[in-house]
Amino acid sequence: MTPHFDEMHATSTTVREHYRSYDRWLVRQPRDVIRSRREEAEMIFRRVGITFAVYGAKDEDGAGTERLIPFDLIPRIIPAHEWREMERGLRQRVEALNRFIHDVYHEQQILQAGWIPAEQVLRNAQYRAEMRGVAVAGGVYAHIAGIDIVRAGNADGSGTYYVLEDNLRVPSGVSYMLENRKMMMRLFPDLFNEHRVEPVAHYPDLLLETLRAVSPAGVNEPTVVVLTPGMYNSAYFEHAFLAQQMGVELVEGQDLFVKDGFVYMRTTQGPKRVDVIYRRVDDDFLDPKAFRPDSTLGCAGMLDVYRAGNLTLANAIGTGVADDKSIYPYVPKMIEFYLGEQPILRNVPTWQCREADDLRYVLDHLGELVVKEVHGAGGYGMLVGPAATRAEIEDFRRVLQANPANYIAQPTLSLSTCPTFVESGIAPRHIDLRPFVLSGKSVQMVPGGLTRVALKEGSLVVNSSQGGGTKDTWVLEG
Amino acid sequence: MLSRTADHLYWMARYMERAENTARMLDVNYQTSLLPQSADEAEQGWRGLLSISELTGAFHQRHPQVNARNVMDFMVRDAANASSIHACLQAARENARAVRGALTTEVWETQNQTWLEFNRMLARSDFLREPGEFFEWVKFRSHLTRGTQVGTMLMDEALHFVRIGTFLERADNTARLLDVKFHAAAADFFGTAATDDVQEYDFYHWSAILRSVSGFEVYRKVYRNVILPEKVAELLILRPDMPRSLAHCVNEVVQNLRMVANEQSDETLRRAGRLQADLRFGRIDEILATGLHAYLTQFLDRIGDVGVGISRDFLVPVAA
Repeated sequence: MTPHFDEMHATSTTVREHYRSYDRWLVRQPRDVIRSRREEAEMIFRRVGITFAVYGAKDEDGAGTERLIPFDLIPRIIPAHEWREMERGLRQRVEALNRFIHDVYHEQQILQAGWIPAEQVLRNAQYRAEMRGVAVAGGVYAHIAGIDIVRAGNADGSGTYYVLEDNLRVPSGVSYMLENRKMMMRLFPDLFNEHRVEPVAHYPDLLLETLRAVSPAGVNEPTVVVLTPGMYNSAYFEHAFLAQQMGVELVEGQDLFVKDGFVYMRTTQGPKRVDVIYRRVDDDFLDPKAFRPDSTLGCAGMLDVYRAGNLTLANAIGTGVADDKSIYPYVPKMIEFYLGEQPILRNVPTWQCREADDLRYVLDHLGELVVKEVHGAGGYGMLVGPAATRAEIEDFRRVLQANPANYIAQPTLSLSTCPTFVESGIAPRHIDLRPFVLSGKSVQMVPGGLTRVALKEGSLVVNSSQGGGTKDTWVLEG
Repeated sequence: MLSRTADHLYWMARYMERAENTARMLDVNYQTSLLPQSADEAEQGWRGLLSISELTGAFHQRHPQVNARNVMDFMVRDAANASSIHACLQAARENARAVRGALTTEVWETQNQTWLEFNRMLARSDFLREPGEFFEWVKFRSHLTRGTQVGTMLMDEALHFVRIGTFLERADNTARLLDVKFHAAAADFFGTAATDDVQEYDFYHWSAILRSVSGFEVYRKVYRNVILPEKVAELLILRPDMPRSLAHCVNEVVQNLRMVANEQSDETLRRAGRLQADLRFGRIDEILATGLHAYLTQFLDRIGDVGVGISRDFLVPVAA
């Protein structure tokens, strides 16, 4: 485990520079005020319906399967200079990832140059042969990228940011970033008088600008829509929220149909052509004619329209080939290959269990490592060595040996902590950060991102489906 | 706007209006049951209520006996009964949730809050202790819902479909409510009041109907007269200035329908317009000469027909 690093406290008695003013404010607050603010926040989230659905769960209060994501009132604060550096790193990384996706569906230069083993890309389940040679608008594939970043401590007491994962398919969580800020401003307006916090509320504007910028050639006033799997999807709130904030239609597969080479939606005034789809449906479900035939979430024939250049999908089909965990170790090489630069943001050292040497090392050190499924998400199918029992480790060893290529392993980073309200008062809890990077005509982002927090003591799993919460994320102006 | 969105808006409004009307019917029966009357008469009232909602069969599958407690339970909190307040509020909220992006924050939050509060009340069984207060609450949540709709929504298609849903449902409900006596007594009513007892019963019956549509004071103001059945019928069928009358409801439906007309909606508009004309130029003595029950039955068919037309022309086709 890496040494412990707390975002707020340098030592148990000293507060870091960028948290001093917040700390002075916090100690002035009576405890019962904070408690009542927490209740108020919960009530508002319920009324607004900022909930996520948990499959197979049932609530006793009649709210069905809707749950609140716990919201913590102590913000995660990032000083201006750190954010500037991180932003540069994010731009660089997402640019290289987009170049990579374009490359592997066209000339495949990086494979020919031998920088990445060709079979790892071309045999990858996420590689979509259907996308070979398809020209997508602006050459952009991952229009919306959620890059998961963690900070781990070093022996000298400093901390280092690492990219843990790139999410290039349908990353979610941005609505919580926006709603958390709204909530904080509503609950603690005085805090925002005392701090100069970079605003984030213009995200939907940037998103709309991005989507409009990548409309099919020759379309001047594109019709943009958000495609959702429907109201029972866990991220439905976010789909509805983004559509409303951008002022575009929220459509389901059943609202769309293909005719004469274009996609249309059914409206009360007859069919209307759709040019750009911000889809929150996975590749597999987009087009029952091309992918899963049993899908009712997509629209038959959409792929043909897309390939003909009469439709833009954001994100593009086939971006999964670049955010797969088996490809992740090569991202620093992509940056070097396509941009001729050194990576600004670091990768976490990764062992690929497909390699015999790596596998041997991993099997010998299971108790210290985090082992993840290459295609896993949501914190499922993974082993956190230091937190696992002996029996769990042995079980996992068998699973790993049965199919090593399906796993990667990383050192257990002790994610940095941030003070958090818990039952017993205020205590440190592990956090991560997901900034959202938009690529259209240019690369844009709002300062900060979504901070997720593992509410269970000692837990490193921040996913909302496993008891994670969220915090407001402040980038201080400077 | 998406046909599916229009469909959700339309049903959101219908279900909310239905919840209100169910509360109104239950309330009036409950209030009537507080008057001195025989067990038979009381039971007849509850039977009538089930009958106008076409729920007698469904009720008997769940409860052997018609009494206040069973009917209220069935009509308030039985989620399996699609017309119960529970089911209506849930359906209204589900429809709202499906199109929350097309609603203003106020409209969505009102609908969501109604559902959340209802669940709290249900858990505490509030409606059993204070049925009157509970029904008042339902009515006021419905007033608030309509108020936020007309007070905050852009006056575009979305609002028109909401209004169409509200007034189609209300027309249907007012017609059923007027027909209640027929269902209760299983006979048409005029001229059968031979004895003073029956006349007195009639007074309470018709004033109860008036109260259930918030029409008692309106009646006095309009007619300055004792409660006469034919005047009550006139008020609730033909007066265009009475907000829950058939005439007003159909006027609203037609007006909003015109605003959303498309290439295939001519026939639906024609039928709705014809119904509007019949109400506008109709006379109560003619209606009573046909027989009130026969008239209302026909009205329900025609308004149902308009509803089917709207679904076909604008919304998600029923058999898609």
